[in-house]
Amino acid sequence: MISFVLRRLASAVPTLFIVVTISFFLMRFAPGGPFNLERPLPPQTMANLMRTYQLDQPLWRQYLTYITNAVTGDFGPSYIYKDNTVAELIAKGLPYSLELGFYALLVALIGGVLAGTIAALRQNSILDFAIMSVSTIGVTVPNFVVGPVLTLIFAVILAWLPAGSWGDGSLRFLILPMIALALPQLAVFARLTRGSMIEALHTDHIRTARAYGLPARTVVVTHAMRAALLPVVSYLAPCAAALLTGSAVIETIFTIPGVGRYFVLGAINRDYTLVMGTVVLVAIFVIVFNLVVDILYGLLDPRVRHD
Amino acid sequence: MTDMVYTPLAPLPETRSRSLFQLAALRFRRNRAAMAGCVVLVLIALFSFLGPLFISHKYDQVFPSYVSVPPSLEARPNAGSLQEAMEGVAARARVTLKEFAVEGQAFTATVTSDSEIDPRTTRYFDRANEFDETQVVATEDGGKTLKLEGKVSREYFFFGTDSNGRDMLARVMLGGQISIAVGLLASIVSLGVGVIYGATSGYIGGRVDNVMMRFVEILYSLPFVFLVVVLVVFFGRSFILIFLVIGAVEWLDMARIVRGQTLALKRREFVGAAQALGLTDWQIIRRHIIPNTIGPVVVFVTVVVPKVILLESFLSFLGLGVQAPLTSWGALISEGANNIQSAPWLLIFPAIFFVVTLFSLNFAGDGLRDALDPKDR
Repeated sequence: MISFVLRRLASAVPTLFIVVTISFFLMRFAPGGPFNLERPLPPQTMANLMRTYQLDQPLWRQYLTYITNAVTGDFGPSYIYKDNTVAELIAKGLPYSLELGFYALLVALIGGVLAGTIAALRQNSILDFAIMSVSTIGVTVPNFVVGPVLTLIFAVILAWLPAGSWGDGSLRFLILPMIALALPQLAVFARLTRGSMIEALHTDHIRTARAYGLPARTVVVTHAMRAALLPVVSYLAPCAAALLTGSAVIETIFTIPGVGRYFVLGAINRDYTLVMGTVVLVAIFVIVFNLVVDILYGLLDPRVRHD
Repeated sequence: MTDMVYTPLAPLPETRSRSLFQLAALRFRRNRAAMAGCVVLVLIALFSFLGPLFISHKYDQVFPSYVSVPPSLEARPNAGSLQEAMEGVAARARVTLKEFAVEGQAFTATVTSDSEIDPRTTRYFDRANEFDETQVVATEDGGKTLKLEGKVSREYFFFGTDSNGRDMLARVMLGGQISIAVGLLASIVSLGVGVIYGATSGYIGGRVDNVMMRFVEILYSLPFVFLVVVLVVFFGRSFILIFLVIGAVEWLDMARIVRGQTLALKRREFVGAAQALGLTDWQIIRRHIIPNTIGPVVVFVTVVVPKVILLESFLSFLGLGVQAPLTSWGALISEGANNIQSAPWLLIFPAIFFVVTLFSLNFAGDGLRDALDPKDR
């Protein structure tokens, strides 16, 4: 097991390297630059800026400098958030995104699996139909609609919860963004669980377990759930990576100072270093969660062997 | 083939066997939710593409006097406000309004005064936005009472208007055209790239397969938002390129699915037979592998179309989608979400169409999957 983890981590290094390389050159070949503002800067200022940030050097040298610096953990200064390095910006924003994303992931996972299981156990009943309809809506309504609608209902009309901002970080401030973030994922988990649970309930070992006269709860929770969770677990990796690294939409709507906004702001403003920082961040999350999922797979399905 | 002698076979029995496709079609038609989904999709497509022929307003036509008016089945201005406007005009013309009626696009009014009324007072009426071409049709009481007739310009805004005074109905139709077009075209792009890539990778196998799938994995670990935003920035904001870009990002799952199918297919006898006949790899992929992967691929397309429409709406939210005066459902929805308190109809109408379309696509896709699933007879 340990050698499996180590091997996977070792193979992640070249992947990460290629990801960085692709995004570095993709970003640089896009037209425009970080200092091409609506009102052009005087040529002298522009030249100074380019020299300060070493943007006047040949691309391959910039690339080498970036790679060597990045290996030592130096991701360079941000071009739009002056006086901040990319590492500082991410270190500042990540805790917010992580906390919010973690709660949203919990809500989506527990709620989705629960709803999907209930729907599968009462297949084709009204309850099943209701759960599936709601989850279809959850998948189809964009979160930039869910956000404002939730705000309107709970913050403006009912005035139960604050409309936005992190505030003091207490749960009251987190509930609305958390729901808006979790809802689409909850719907996906519910659909996945329902499908695989129905399949699992029709397998031979479940029939055997039932024939033994085991209580229904034991059959479902300890026997069927194990098999039913496999597709859920494999969706967990992209979902967790997406939720924990923040959502540009949700963070904009609820004015949360997380890292999700940086993807979009960085790419639009050609803040090369900031974008590269976020790319590395997401790639690391994706790689780590893929590894976690593979380990979970081995725990859930004894046929999967890591050696 | 032409010189082959045709010998008639024994007459076929009455009950003909059904092909896999016919069986699937039969199962699909029995699935009520899926059929309803299809019908709704057709209706929405008709509404979006043929609807503009039946309404008089253009999507970019601005009505300066009707900015942000709520939706209503009544013509605007309504009878009450016309009455008010007419009373205002009458007061300015120093006459008393006795009777006033609106019929369609015309109005009739009777005004009186203590002294004789100058027929030129009709100018006062024309000066108001609402009334036009006012004429005196009859004079009574020796000129103290005038009967007037004229035109009222009245407009129907069933979905209300946006903050620029454009008819939301026309805009929702246009948005539908663009969202549907983007969804379909991007899916076709992702279909083409994904199927060819996946089939090639799976069929050739070995080292080529390893490298090709490694590349897919690398693209998976690139943040999706980053990829889309950079590509949009890269290609500018032209409408055609947006869905090419989206398709170029969405093909990864398709490639994986097709590769998995191909791995299973290439061990089958008919592929071996084709190889024995001396067909090239590309011929086998094209004629034997790809047609056999069509089932899961079709199902997956019904997943990709809503995904692409959602993605387009996300781009619109970021301001990277289609540019005004063109619009899409996503652009309308994000605009509506900004004005949710002051003008909820800007959100409600596009959102209803958007959600109903995606809902129907989901049901149709589920039905298709059940219909094509060979395990479920």
